[in-house]
Amino acid sequence: MAGSYANAGEYIKHHLTNLTYGQKADGSWGIAHGADEIAEMGFWSINVDSMFFSIGLGVVFLWLFHRAAKKASSDAPTGWQNFVEMMIQFIDESVRGSYSGKSALVAPLALTIFVWIFLLNLMDLIAVDLVPWLGALMGLPYLKIVPTTDPNITFGLSLGVFALVIFYSIKFKGAGGFFAELAFHPFPKYMMPVNLILEGVTLIAKPVSLALRLFGNLYAGEMIFILIALMYSGGMALGIFGGFLQLGWAIFHILVITLQAFIFMTLTIVYLDMASQTEH
Amino acid sequence: MNFNATLIGQMITFAIFVWVCMKYIWPPLIAALEERNARISEGLAAAQRGQQDLEEAEIKVKESLNEAKSQAQEIINQAQKRANEIVDEAKEGAREEADKIKVAATADIDQQVTAAREQLRKEVSSIALAGAEQILKREVDAKAHAAVLDDLVAQI
Repeated sequence: MAGSYANAGEYIKHHLTNLTYGQKADGSWGIAHGADEIAEMGFWSINVDSMFFSIGLGVVFLWLFHRAAKKASSDAPTGWQNFVEMMIQFIDESVRGSYSGKSALVAPLALTIFVWIFLLNLMDLIAVDLVPWLGALMGLPYLKIVPTTDPNITFGLSLGVFALVIFYSIKFKGAGGFFAELAFHPFPKYMMPVNLILEGVTLIAKPVSLALRLFGNLYAGEMIFILIALMYSGGMALGIFGGFLQLGWAIFHILVITLQAFIFMTLTIVYLDMASQTEH
Repeated sequence: MNFNATLIGQMITFAIFVWVCMKYIWPPLIAALEERNARISEGLAAAQRGQQDLEEAEIKVKESLNEAKSQAQEIINQAQKRANEIVDEAKEGAREEADKIKVAATADIDQQVTAAREQLRKEVSSIALAGAEQILKREVDAKAHAAVLDDLVAQI
């Protein structure tokens, strides 16, 4: 499959580049054809593929669960209904276990995060060459199907969570209480600058670690799929070996993508719990 | 890693999805689950109550069975007593009847005996008359008299 590329490096680079839409250097708007053009576009450009699959999978999630929600009743559930209720129960238990307060937002938030991220990650299991190839047929220079391998997506999620953490902190502790927590802890008052730096780093580390953990795991996983795919061009024996490797990695990856979605959800709940706790 | 407006787009998308989930998806599902939980615990409580009712009913059944048994025993005893009474009455009646019959029979026998005696007397007197006739016809002979008298005696 890598045959149509100049070398392995270009193949990998191609598969890890997003389809970006923005203003080019000459002032016209359009899709970027290469890393240089993407760099020229600056911040006000958009990764069309990431957004498309992210929104698409989110809508799929909402549609599937909404179907179950419409038919929800206390009678014996069947089929899809049953699965959805199992998920709801699982999320509800996780939230009850980690979040000590009462909130109408945390549980739906956790559900959205878990299922949505799982679906985004699941795209990783689609053959790495299939989607770029389909994209090429449609005349798109790049097409990356796994949105969670795009840091914009993972940071978008984690910054959303971070905004909620700030909002909950101020809501439950008051602006003063929130500042006091940052300034007068862990050292006494006269060490305020040190406290602010320490606690500030702790606070900032939350969204950054959330986003980078998810991005790093999925990016690395995608990279390994691409490297395995490179082996198919290395002759019969290497190709068969690569097939086994891909199967093994895909099976292992099922675990990874579920785990990453779960970790993101659990940490979100924990962060919000910490934010809403008045006693330290 | 190059950041661009996708970041903002994703944040907006995220907010909208969470809002939709919070508004339209989570509440009906969790409500259904809670309702089912309530129904299940209600059902379990009802089953418990049913069990208790059953036990109480069993005790009641045993009690009424015992009562019925003792009543039946009483009735049987009464019936037996009544039967004995009837038998005794019957015996008494029979005895009276027998006595009556015996009395009647005795009276009858007495009557017949009297009649027989009357007849015997008549016969004896007629025989004595006949003997006296024969004696008067013949000569008085002690020996002959004796013979007649013996004959008489034998006839009586």
